Amino acid sequence: MPYLYNTQQQTSRMLSTIGVSSVEEILQNEIPEELLLSRPLDLPPAVTEPALQREMEGLAGAAATGQRLCFLGGGVYDHFIPAVVDEITSRGEFYTAYTPYQAEASQGTLQAFYEFQSLICRLTGMEVANASLYEGGTAVSEAVFMAMRITRRHGNVVVCGSMHPEYRQVVDAYFEHLQTEVRVINPVDGVIPPGKAAQLIDEQTCCVVVQQPNFFGCLEDAKAVFEVARTAGALSVLSFDAISPGLIPRPVDYGADIAVAEGQPLGIPMQFGGPLLGLMACRGEYMRKMPGRLIGRTKDQNGKDCYALNLQAREQHIRREKATSNICTNQGLLALRATVYLSLLGPQGLRDVAETSCRNAHYAAEQLCGIDGVELAFDQPFFREFTLQTPVPAETVLARVRQCGIDVGPSLAHVGATNLPNAEYCFLVALTEQRLKADIDALVEAIRNAVAAGSRDSAQSVPTLTATSQGGT
Amino acid sequence: MDPATLKFAKSHEWISLDGDIATVGISEFAVRSLTDIVHVELPEVGLTVNAGASFGEVESVKAVSDLYAPVSGEITDVNNELQDDPDKLSSDPYGAGWIAKLRVSDASELDGLMDLAAYEAHCAAEND
Repeated sequence: MPYLYNTQQQTSRMLSTIGVSSVEEILQNEIPEELLLSRPLDLPPAVTEPALQREMEGLAGAAATGQRLCFLGGGVYDHFIPAVVDEITSRGEFYTAYTPYQAEASQGTLQAFYEFQSLICRLTGMEVANASLYEGGTAVSEAVFMAMRITRRHGNVVVCGSMHPEYRQVVDAYFEHLQTEVRVINPVDGVIPPGKAAQLIDEQTCCVVVQQPNFFGCLEDAKAVFEVARTAGALSVLSFDAISPGLIPRPVDYGADIAVAEGQPLGIPMQFGGPLLGLMACRGEYMRKMPGRLIGRTKDQNGKDCYALNLQAREQHIRREKATSNICTNQGLLALRATVYLSLLGPQGLRDVAETSCRNAHYAAEQLCGIDGVELAFDQPFFREFTLQTPVPAETVLARVRQCGIDVGPSLAHVGATNLPNAEYCFLVALTEQRLKADIDALVEAIRNAVAAGSRDSAQSVPTLTATSQGGT
Repeated sequence: MDPATLKFAKSHEWISLDGDIATVGISEFAVRSLTDIVHVELPEVGLTVNAGASFGEVESVKAVSDLYAPVSGEITDVNNELQDDPDKLSSDPYGAGWIAKLRVSDASELDGLMDLAAYEAHCAAEND
């Protein structure tokens, strides 16, 4: 990014225009003497541009992901990003655009977000989508607050224990000081039994939140759980995998009232965890209760199509403490990336991505289960991600595999999903359309070796009578 | 409704009592201040409200304003026509633009409200 500094001459000219001899003179006149630093800042001398470049390359090299293979899951995935996405979003007009408060100066941005909203409606099958939220975790919480506003029920919210633990933590953080109770349905064999949902949902429940596929990668019977919710007058919130509508039913098909997601798989790099993109869509009748920005299309005084921020009276800068949310922005640049990505792929392209990811995941699972002692943690249908259980502690396996240039996981322990038996031995494996058969075979080999090494180590250590064995470090 | 027969709250709602059922709306002054009304959030029938509590919302292009109950009572009826045609509220705030009816729990609460003259003076003072 270019940096334009003032030359000595420009600085001198500015100083003499205001009748001051130095910048220090301005500071000394205004800041009390006892607060002045009165010495130079402790910085090393400036380096030359070539030297700086070498230093930055060294730092970048240390974090190189280069030839590493990625099978990481847990909400952020290594999908292919077409070059066009970077090309369009790098344009100065989009890259530096601010929040479009002045419609007359922001038609390009507004139109892009309108297209984004339209695409999210197509993706989810829902009638209204907003211009995006921050990321998947807060999107879930915003959906719960929205359900409370719509149903006017503040008694409790029911969430699935199979939801992403970090999304759960966000919900808990929001509700910690509120009267509303957060009730958790514990999964059985990796999924939520609808019968258990019926025990916790009552006429004080504002909504039930189901993640599809869930954190373990398993497919939930969301339709059945939502039926229970509907009978009790509670709303149905679905937290979905952004590429999943390419293959499995869309949120509308499950009977969702509000659909939210982490939009990162749609043309956004993993970036070591962020920034990310929150998606939200809902039934048309709930439009006024939605948080976040809404872009509308209308006609200008010449009868031409144009775009503007709509329903702003619900937002924080106008409605203050009665606003639908404190969010008064969106993830503009990332929503634009998702718009370009989805436009480029179209329904068929998204289907290809979803189907290939799914096939890869099933091939990987099959091959991995061929390793002695390795099995799927849950006997459930899955989409593109699954939980693997090894006879050696997960962190040990992951560390060994990492040394082979392969990143897989996270382990359940790493994200705090420890309330399951054998959690210490389980980790996530996720597949995208980018992984080739050779990549998957390499993963299998690496895990096979890691398990074998781990088993050897534990066989050599002093046998203990405890249930968990300490694998070699 | 003839405004001269109505009582007004400081928050610009009007009320007309017939037996123990009161009809509530917002004044001409309120409607003009709001400008184009786009949506009315009506209360649910059966809702119990205390005087001064918010029981609904009126949304215009520039603001969303709460509706405050002038007296305490239970909502018995709402003007559903406002859902499809919020314009009625602007064009006939004292007639077809009525908002809700409630069964008043304590008729003496009306004594604390203003008549038309006092209300108009109140609006004039607000504008200064």
